[in-house]
Amino acid sequence: MNRLLSAVLGVVIAFLAWKFIDWALLHAVWQPDSKACRAAQGACWGFIAEKHRFILFGTYPYEQHWRPALASILLLLLWALSAWRMFWRWWLVPLWLAGLSVIGILMWGGVLGLPYVENQRWGGLILTLLLSSFGIALAFPLSILLALGRRSDLPVIQALCVGFIELIRGVPLISILFMASVMLPLFLPAGVSIDKLLRAQIALILFAAAYLAEVVRGGLQAIPKEQYEAADALGLAYWQKTGTVILPQALRIAVPPLVNTIIGFFKDTSLVVIIGLFDLLQTIKVSLQDPAWSGYGVEAYLFAALVYFAFCFAMSLYSRRLERR
Amino acid sequence: MLGVAWYLVSNTLANLEARRIASGFAFLWREAGFEIGEAPFQRYSAADTYLKALAVGLANTFKVSLAGIVLTTVLGAAIGLFLVAANRLLKAVSRAYVEFMRNVPLLVQLFFWYALITETLPPPPQALQPLPGVFLSNRGIFFPLPGSAPVLEGFNFSGGLAITPEFAALLVGLVTYTAAFIAEIVRAGVLSVSRGQREAAYALGLTRALAMRHVVLPQALRVIVPPLTSQYLNLTKNSSLAVAIGYPDLVSIANTIINQTGQAIEGIAIIMAVYLTISLSISAFMNWYNARLK
Repeated sequence: MNRLLSAVLGVVIAFLAWKFIDWALLHAVWQPDSKACRAAQGACWGFIAEKHRFILFGTYPYEQHWRPALASILLLLLWALSAWRMFWRWWLVPLWLAGLSVIGILMWGGVLGLPYVENQRWGGLILTLLLSSFGIALAFPLSILLALGRRSDLPVIQALCVGFIELIRGVPLISILFMASVMLPLFLPAGVSIDKLLRAQIALILFAAAYLAEVVRGGLQAIPKEQYEAADALGLAYWQKTGTVILPQALRIAVPPLVNTIIGFFKDTSLVVIIGLFDLLQTIKVSLQDPAWSGYGVEAYLFAALVYFAFCFAMSLYSRRLERR
Repeated sequence: MLGVAWYLVSNTLANLEARRIASGFAFLWREAGFEIGEAPFQRYSAADTYLKALAVGLANTFKVSLAGIVLTTVLGAAIGLFLVAANRLLKAVSRAYVEFMRNVPLLVQLFFWYALITETLPPPPQALQPLPGVFLSNRGIFFPLPGSAPVLEGFNFSGGLAITPEFAALLVGLVTYTAAFIAEIVRAGVLSVSRGQREAAYALGLTRALAMRHVVLPQALRVIVPPLTSQYLNLTKNSSLAVAIGYPDLVSIANTIINQTGQAIEGIAIIMAVYLTISLSISAFMNWYNARLK
């Protein structure tokens, strides 16, 4: 029975795999030649070859593409460094601040002989990485405050934190993004306007903070009561107790679920497409509007899926390794 | 804090006045003036009110969410059981499925399914016919109903039960994506039942399948139900991505209305109120169900 199942399943998988390889590799067109693509039976990877600069960097000035490329590498290095347990020290905070400042200088320019590039022109992979990195970096401290506030003894603070967390978690992200893109401008005095990218970033930070806060709260709840009592017995004040006894332990416990939340958030940044920001998915979508290359959506979105998968799968392997310890 | 709130409100009122937008929900009774692709359980025309349009959107949200919840539960449970199956190949294939689905954004998957349907299926005149009377085309999938079979008229089919490409892509995307998460929940639930329970069932002479059905699953259900609730909620919230592929759900209709009338605050308030109500009702129902299980 078991063998029969394996055999049938094996044949089905082999057939599907063969069909896929035939389409994706054997009959595929790899050169950026749209006529060859129209004539071909298989996939048109030439589309990606033709558009890869636009997909990766959006409308950033062509001869300046090294800047977002370098910024992306720096950002990934920062993340890789933060993944090591031996680097979980206080100086990780100033390191991130320094790293993000360097990235800001690289992207905006205007100093050190770099031409100024306004952020309306940022796009592609770096925008996805920036939205998620700044989102996490700023949402994380906020989420700790929210989680502490939710467990606070002060009823007003507790009610505000619970209300905020439950409201954000109860509605779809897209409604929060709509709020940032169409409602936020109404709150500002006449003549003041906040850039679209920044508005979306604020929405993403608030969204991430609510979800991260629940994970941090899980970590806080896992700390045995004795730890709180011992800290109280030592005569520590609230912030001393929280900063030196409770949080260091709670955050360590919460790291694997935090990574899972970060993966979810990284995927969710793709929703900025709906309010028209040029992230990785949007540059792919816009590339498809070129009449010479329209109709290759299947290839385009498979490519997008692979890029996102590479990032998310790396993070989930990391989170699993942490859990096993 | 009150000062900040007062400052924001006064700014907003000044802005609304400058843009000549009357705040309040009176606009809901004005004529909508736009058509909607699909309106289940009701008749709708462009001459109807905005309120009616929102009702159509809500019906579409319910339609795709309910169908999605039923189908994803079945698919997710099946894959979850495959993840703990004895057959190594079956296990490996389902593991690969779960890993791939969970690590690719749902929006990318929705775009993919939509592109697959609209780009690779033939136009209606050359529609594929996998079963007699069932037609697959880039304008949708058509099933025969008793007394009404789909017939090709001009460039599209009429009659029978039509599933639009937008609905099909959204449903397939939501179901296959959420099923990966449900599969992991089912697997964790099955593994949470202690080994002794299973061994005792085998000792009583039950087969693997019978032991799973009568001994393991009933106990696993207690672990499975609470996280399952949040997956149902996620599916319902994720159905709002419909706006990206043009399925007229609540968010998509509300977005059109905001663009037409400029009533952003009211439109977003409606979306949020509806989703909060759905969220709270589903969690209340699941809490009740969970309490009954124990």
